[in-house]
Amino acid sequence: MMKYQSQSVAKPYFIAAIGLFVGQILFGLVLGMQYVWGDFLFPEIPFNVARMVHTNLLIVWLLFGFMGAAYFLVPEEAERELQSPFLAWALFWIFLVAGALTVLGYLLVPYAQLADITMNDLLPTMGREFLEQPTVTKLGIVVVALGFLYNIGVTILAGRKTVVSLVLLTGLVGLAVFFLFAFYNPTNVVDDKYYWWWVVHLWVEGVWELILGAILAFVLIKVTGVDREVIEKWLYVIIAMTLITGIIGTGHHYYWIGTPEYWQWWGSIFSAMEPIPFFMMTVFAFNMVNRRRREHPNKVAVLWAMGTAVMAFLGAGVWGFLHTLAPINYYTHGSQITAAHGHMAFYGAYVMIVLTIISYAMPILRGKEAGDPRSQVLEMWSFWLMTVSMVFITLFLTGAGVLQTWLQRYTEDPQPFMVVQEKIEMFYWMRELAGAVFLIGLIVYVISFFVKGGERVKVAGTDTA
Amino acid sequence: MSEVFTKSMARNIYYGGSVFFFLLFLALTFDTSGEVPKRDNHEAIDEQVTLGKQVWEENNCIGCHTLLGEGAYFAPELGNVYKRFGNSTDAIVGFIKSRPVEGIPGRRSMPQFNLSDEQLEAVAAFLKYVSEIKTARDWPPNIQG
Repeated sequence: MMKYQSQSVAKPYFIAAIGLFVGQILFGLVLGMQYVWGDFLFPEIPFNVARMVHTNLLIVWLLFGFMGAAYFLVPEEAERELQSPFLAWALFWIFLVAGALTVLGYLLVPYAQLADITMNDLLPTMGREFLEQPTVTKLGIVVVALGFLYNIGVTILAGRKTVVSLVLLTGLVGLAVFFLFAFYNPTNVVDDKYYWWWVVHLWVEGVWELILGAILAFVLIKVTGVDREVIEKWLYVIIAMTLITGIIGTGHHYYWIGTPEYWQWWGSIFSAMEPIPFFMMTVFAFNMVNRRRREHPNKVAVLWAMGTAVMAFLGAGVWGFLHTLAPINYYTHGSQITAAHGHMAFYGAYVMIVLTIISYAMPILRGKEAGDPRSQVLEMWSFWLMTVSMVFITLFLTGAGVLQTWLQRYTEDPQPFMVVQEKIEMFYWMRELAGAVFLIGLIVYVISFFVKGGERVKVAGTDTA
Repeated sequence: MSEVFTKSMARNIYYGGSVFFFLLFLALTFDTSGEVPKRDNHEAIDEQVTLGKQVWEENNCIGCHTLLGEGAYFAPELGNVYKRFGNSTDAIVGFIKSRPVEGIPGRRSMPQFNLSDEQLEAVAAFLKYVSEIKTARDWPPNIQG
């Protein structure tokens, strides 16, 4: 079923992504528990360690997903075999071992000792949010990124160049380039923060959206059979709006960190427009599915694709807008509102797009066009369990955040942080409960890969949307 | 989208728009880098503050706390902790030093990091330096962070 033999290197990447995803969620539940039961696993796994594992696993498994997506779709778009499947395999093991060693380092030795062992003082880059990896791991990431970009870059440039593959390549090159700011760590906290966002913001609200758009466009071309010209035009418009709004939108992080006041205007105005490309993405996905020229047997991949478009708009667009205007952000900055937005945005945009391409590609990598009906039904259950529980996680965190903002910052008589945390504990319990449902959804998701058979019947709700 | 709006028009908006706004972003960054020294309290950065930032980073403080609103949301904001603790680095040192090794039953507690006196003084000096950065509207909104 694969058009090109070398596409098969995508498979280990997808399997690793799913495995690390499970680890990420287990640590998420540990964190949620620590919010309500303060000394849970203390002092063996303190909150900061569990959080580092939770967020770093997320980043690593999404990168595995992006790379797997590239290895799968680039040969098909370029109409030639991958330049070097061997390199892809080698980088897979390097990245997996480096990632595993880093996470084990977080868990097995105190962080200060890890910094010492890895000689952080030679080039200090550790201990900044999301960039906690030892410097040597960061260098490893650069090496893997370069090898990966060479491999798919040559494949694309020597083959058929499509808009999808060029946009994907642009996004991936941008990802690698902006990661280099992870090595810039001045003592001046304002400068440190200013350029830290060049990694974090210009990734998730910049170049990653190009990757997201390209993968979504690829899957929609395949499952709807709509003319490529139409889809590529949409893709251009969406990513144009992404960068037009998102680059200056970085300003919404420059309100309160010692940067000039004018960022409150630039940041508010441009980031208020950041939902536009996400809304267009939703309209795009529904439009293409409505205009489909074929009934693709992989119904669940279509469900994931449309789910991505909707949830990315809600999580990144709506929940981002909620607290992006400077006068509001003055009160909400760094509260549970931020956490609420972070959860649904990452899930809706990046988790779901990776699960979309896995859902589409995995059956093909396993030698058939689509999963068996029973497997698909189970995967749809996992879709709804994870997505609905993520909506509730977000709502409970939003509730917690509104109260926190009110009690700690908005009233005449602001309460201390920990006093407020105890008052909003109920929301954290409910969030943990929703998190447990998410884990059930994820378990169902994993099981769906091992289920066979079933009648090929129409599944209600999937072919009407 | 209609045929009046062609794919090459869309492509041009993408290229033109992203190049233009990236250049605008660079221009704003250039201006910011000129403005920041007026408010970033860089005069306070000495060897001790530099060591303090290293202690701050190598113990992953950002994994629980926020610093000027950025970080994790599990423990209090530290961008103004120096002021909250009565403009006292000694109070900060005393707090970090006194954390129980086994934590506090049922409650959140900061780990005992076993820092040396030099490291303790340094991280407190670092937090003092951060609290004196001139943020817009004097963020955080109040002493509670």
